[in-house]
Amino acid sequence: MTLREIADLLDAKVLVGGDHLDIEVKTAFSADLMSDVLAFAKPGSIMITGLTNPQIVRIASIVDNSAILVVRGKIPPEETLALAEELDIPVLSTRYILFETSGRLYANGIVGCVRKIEGPESVVPL
Amino acid sequence: MTQECECSFPVEGERFDQAGKVSVEVKKALRKVGVPDDILRRAAIATYESEVNIISYAVHGTVNLQVTGDHIVLDIQDIGPGIDNIEQAMEQGYSTANDRIREMGFGAGMGLFNIKNCSDTFEISSEQGKGTHLRILINR
Repeated sequence: MTLREIADLLDAKVLVGGDHLDIEVKTAFSADLMSDVLAFAKPGSIMITGLTNPQIVRIASIVDNSAILVVRGKIPPEETLALAEELDIPVLSTRYILFETSGRLYANGIVGCVRKIEGPESVVPL
Repeated sequence: MTQECECSFPVEGERFDQAGKVSVEVKKALRKVGVPDDILRRAAIATYESEVNIISYAVHGTVNLQVTGDHIVLDIQDIGPGIDNIEQAMEQGYSTANDRIREMGFGAGMGLFNIKNCSDTFEISSEQGKGTHLRILINR
């Protein structure tokens, strides 16, 4: 799917990168935990998140995300959008929740960066 | 001929707004000397987590980047409280993070684990009340 098709499907506002809407996206990674994005996101994927701080842009730049899609109707602060302009990373915002957003994209052919996490299971202490 | 470089970046504690800046610089520097994308990505991810650790826990620190013909070495030192139990801190999911760190999307106990996963050789030492020293080596 192109970013334009994604924006149409999710009724999303394009906040940054209106001139990059022809970028083709095949994979996505949905998370509110940036360490997991660093660990598992693949180059070219779209980051789907409910966070809005500037970190999401720097992380996207590090892992080579093609774009950031902010969910739950959140609009990132100006600082985040300015950084996205600077680092040339498109930012879209949709009112759909993370689950709905991911499901709608999956139903249209977008798949996850990884299917499941291999290796030993991690028992997370309290 | 492969190009080499050496540079150093300061990281200030508690400057949550700055998190990730050094990683972006490290990535740029590595790209400039022709390090392949998958390798520079690993170096940048390890730097990001290290930066967040310094900002979250230390007073200040330094990220030293050295690129030779064969390796990328990230030598990261901080002045801070140090780590009480390194083995425990290395465990996936172990965290002492506060709400501020968690709101940023970090502090879930993935940091040192991610750093180790990105390294070919990873060394960590820490002295309580003094600080922590990481040496991350990635083959070029």
